[in-house]
Amino acid sequence: MKTAGKISIAILIVISLLSLFAPFITKYDPDIIYLDSLKESPGLKHPLGTDAKGRDMLARILYGGRISMCVAIIAAVLSMVIGLIVGICSGYFGGKIDTAVTAFIDLILSFPALLLAIGISIIFSPGIYTVMIAIAAIGWAPFARIIRGNVLTLREANFIEAARSIGCSNPRILFVHLMPQCIPLLLVITGMKMGGYILTEAALSFLGLGVQPPTATWGSMINASRAYISSAPWMVFYPGIMIALTAFCFNMLGDTLRDKYGLKIRG
Amino acid sequence: MLLIPLLFGITLLTFTLTKALPGDPVLSMVGERAQPEVIEKIRRELGTDKNILIQYLGYVKLLLEGEFGRSYYTNRKVFDDLVLKFPNTLRLAFGAMIIAIPVGLFFGFASAIKKDTLIDRLIFTVSMTGLSIPVFWSGLLIMLFLSLQLKLFPPSGTGDIRFLILPSITLSLPALATISRVTRTTVIEIIDMPFITAVKAKGMSGMRIHLIHVLKNALIPIITLIGLDFGSYLNGAVLTETIFGWDGIGRFTMEGIIKRDYPVIMGCVIIGTVIVVIINLVVDVLYHFIDPRIRIHEDSR
Repeated sequence: MKTAGKISIAILIVISLLSLFAPFITKYDPDIIYLDSLKESPGLKHPLGTDAKGRDMLARILYGGRISMCVAIIAAVLSMVIGLIVGICSGYFGGKIDTAVTAFIDLILSFPALLLAIGISIIFSPGIYTVMIAIAAIGWAPFARIIRGNVLTLREANFIEAARSIGCSNPRILFVHLMPQCIPLLLVITGMKMGGYILTEAALSFLGLGVQPPTATWGSMINASRAYISSAPWMVFYPGIMIALTAFCFNMLGDTLRDKYGLKIRG
Repeated sequence: MLLIPLLFGITLLTFTLTKALPGDPVLSMVGERAQPEVIEKIRRELGTDKNILIQYLGYVKLLLEGEFGRSYYTNRKVFDDLVLKFPNTLRLAFGAMIIAIPVGLFFGFASAIKKDTLIDRLIFTVSMTGLSIPVFWSGLLIMLFLSLQLKLFPPSGTGDIRFLILPSITLSLPALATISRVTRTTVIEIIDMPFITAVKAKGMSGMRIHLIHVLKNALIPIITLIGLDFGSYLNGAVLTETIFGWDGIGRFTMEGIIKRDYPVIMGCVIIGTVIVVIINLVVDVLYHFIDPRIRIHEDSR
């Protein structure tokens, strides 16, 4: 399975680089409408064809990749930071704080995630920041739960006892001694969750609650072209392949990381 | 146990939504065409001029009475529509489970028994794919191939079993993958247990061991998973029903979103959460009931 992890990383890097350097790969602007080239099938001029408004599919997919990756990464960082702080504090201090926090985590995890994200997207108006917030609002909970469990065992370890006995303050113990111990775990969880973030972002975009048109995202491209599924299947096919491939690679990566660290993580 | 705080959370969320929206919340609940006396009555009940806590309680009271407001567009009571559409969503979820459970169990079993072989790796890749493909895309592709090109099934609509098959297949893919992975882990754990060695030593055949002893013990975590995973069925249903024009709660939600029909969206979010919570509750109770070891384990923790 190790090779699978390496291949996944390689593919993800390639996708990121292609998106990042999109202007060097395609000469087309993703948002400019060409009325003389509507629904052109893939060919020499447009390698992946054009959409119903004559926009180049390759350009839209590459630029759309920026959004999807960006949203997933920032949502992951937000989830990680919130989950880490909540988890460390809850696990370290224990007692009533811990009980309350654990109950709250359970609460978040019992929500049907997409419905919660829909609710959030509507309270704040849809847009790139809203998507990030909506994903992170659910995403922090698994981080917090696993980190808390980890800290619960670390708390009793000798090095923490030692730190306490030489008079380290609580914040120092939390952020200097405990936090570095949680970093590998954080990375593993992130790896496992990234695929899900990509899919949630795509689903929200598909529902029209993500980044708003004309900006291209993979999810909204599928939504915009699903009416033409029989006459121009490539318009649906390519963005979907990108979503599936990216999510697949992240899931593979997460699985490899989990195996490597021998962790039993669910949820 | 989680039911009360969860319902509190979801009503708070939708209440905030009502407050955050422009326009009169009372009008949005009863509809623009309601009689002035009714509006006045609800306004008094809600106490729009009173403090925020009383307003919230009034809102919850209305929800408990099944008053989810009226759709901005059809002016029908949201609650009535939800009741009407719920059986369809249930049928779809049921259809998906009928596919996902046996196939998932089979995949999980096969890869556990053939652990670390080519078959195992193949099934692993398939289930990873199932988890990674967005349902709204796989749904469209399935529709394109099986319906529009091969013309085996009608592409969309609500009706008899022919309409049910395609959305069920779509919805079953991620569930199938999850079930197969959990089955694999569980079965591998069970096969290594001493009692299996004991049964083997007694001379029981491989097939019987798997079917009777392993399956029986593996079922508990799998059933739990299926129950707890119901939330994701609902997530998937929003997308699947939309694509296949299946007249359930999922499509209702999507239509609400497109038209910005807030009472409809709120009603769907609330009902969706309540369903998931109730199922989680039932599974929790069942879990303790089926396997007393879990109760003991939790008490000693």
